[in-house]
Amino acid sequence: MAPAQKAESAIAVTGLRRDYGDRPALDGVGFELAAGESLVVLGPNGAGKTTLLRVLATLLRPSSGEVRVLGCSLPSEAWKLRGRIGYLGHEPLLYRDLSGRENLRFGARLHGVDRAAAEARIEELLRTVGMERRADERVAELSAGMRQRLSICRCVLHKPELLLLDEPDSNLDVEGRELARELIGPDAGTRVVVTHDPERHLPEADQVLRLGINEGAVVS
Amino acid sequence: MTSSRTAFAAILAKDLRSELRTLQSLPAMALFSVTTFVIFRFGLDRTSLSGSLAAGVLWATLLFAAVLGINRLFVAEREEGGFDAIRLAPIDRSVLFGAKVAALVVYLAALELVAVPIFAIFFLDDAAGLGPLVAVLLLADLGLAATGTLISSMAVNSRARDLLVPLVLLPLVVPLMIAATGATEPLLALGGPSYHRFGTWLMVLGLYDLIFGLVGYAVFDFLLED
Repeated sequence: MAPAQKAESAIAVTGLRRDYGDRPALDGVGFELAAGESLVVLGPNGAGKTTLLRVLATLLRPSSGEVRVLGCSLPSEAWKLRGRIGYLGHEPLLYRDLSGRENLRFGARLHGVDRAAAEARIEELLRTVGMERRADERVAELSAGMRQRLSICRCVLHKPELLLLDEPDSNLDVEGRELARELIGPDAGTRVVVTHDPERHLPEADQVLRLGINEGAVVS
Repeated sequence: MTSSRTAFAAILAKDLRSELRTLQSLPAMALFSVTTFVIFRFGLDRTSLSGSLAAGVLWATLLFAAVLGINRLFVAEREEGGFDAIRLAPIDRSVLFGAKVAALVVYLAALELVAVPIFAIFFLDDAAGLGPLVAVLLLADLGLAATGTLISSMAVNSRARDLLVPLVLLPLVVPLMIAATGATEPLLALGGPSYHRFGTWLMVLGLYDLIFGLVGYAVFDFLLED
């Protein structure tokens, strides 16, 4: 049975199903996450973890079920959510022919961040992830780990209310993980983290959602 | 919500900066047009063209050169996650359509800055018609950019993108090409330009621009949906 929705819930999902053609990627998923909490999503490849994150990010429409994110019902009120979510996916969402700094400026302008404030915020973020010296190089010339650091900056640039993080540690070295923790760690606010590294993320989780292939979802 | 003007300027500036840096579309478009003029020159075995033949050679060349740029218009958005970044931002998605149309108009204008003078050198005895031709080029560019942006956004998710764009685009731009060649023909007439039905054809071009501009604006948000 789906949990009752609390007034302060950041996310409330009931009976979520998402199909790709005839194949269900998610079926019967339900959970509730309060503001400020962290949800860690675990499951084998193909269990629908990324699909769940993309539904919550408004990038995919649910096939059925009820999804409310930050008080907005999806997909009907998806437009109200845009700009309030920080999404870190498998793709870095960075243009390869622009520099890291140019990419972040582009992201800031799309999110309506004032130019002066954007410059200060970009410098602060680049310093935090240790990329200030490489930020003027084209993204195509950077390593995968450096792209991930820039992608984390892009994700939090507009100070989102909710972070949706898909394998946030991928390609990061130990130093990178520690630096990124300041921006997307448990102190960063409400988070949904998809991971294959439970040892690292479970201690930070307020809730755990285990997705299985053809087995539904279990919240603990 | 970010202002549409800010988002439009950001996307257009990003596209132009990327093109200036990589030169992925413009040199190919320009080289294609020059090569095609050379082929026409030797294929027709003529050193001078006028009227409908001149207009046909010019517009066929510009159209096929434009297809090269249209094919690549959304590749960065598709391959580098730009669609997701734009869908996550608090902007009116139709702004992306407007910015891409503007970028394509800039590409086409740059192409014509190279191609039209070379066309004149190769084929025209009298360049007096080139002045008023600018109005035809501008209106045709707007229509071609609006239609091309719409088709490119639909085809970009297909692996057969390079095949789909010309197959779908070319039938849709037949009215545009009829009006563009109709307006260009009297300008390149033997003995100097005339303006017979020039205004009528310009109005047809304007109407085409309006229709496809509005269609693109209306459906683009839907095209970006999952």
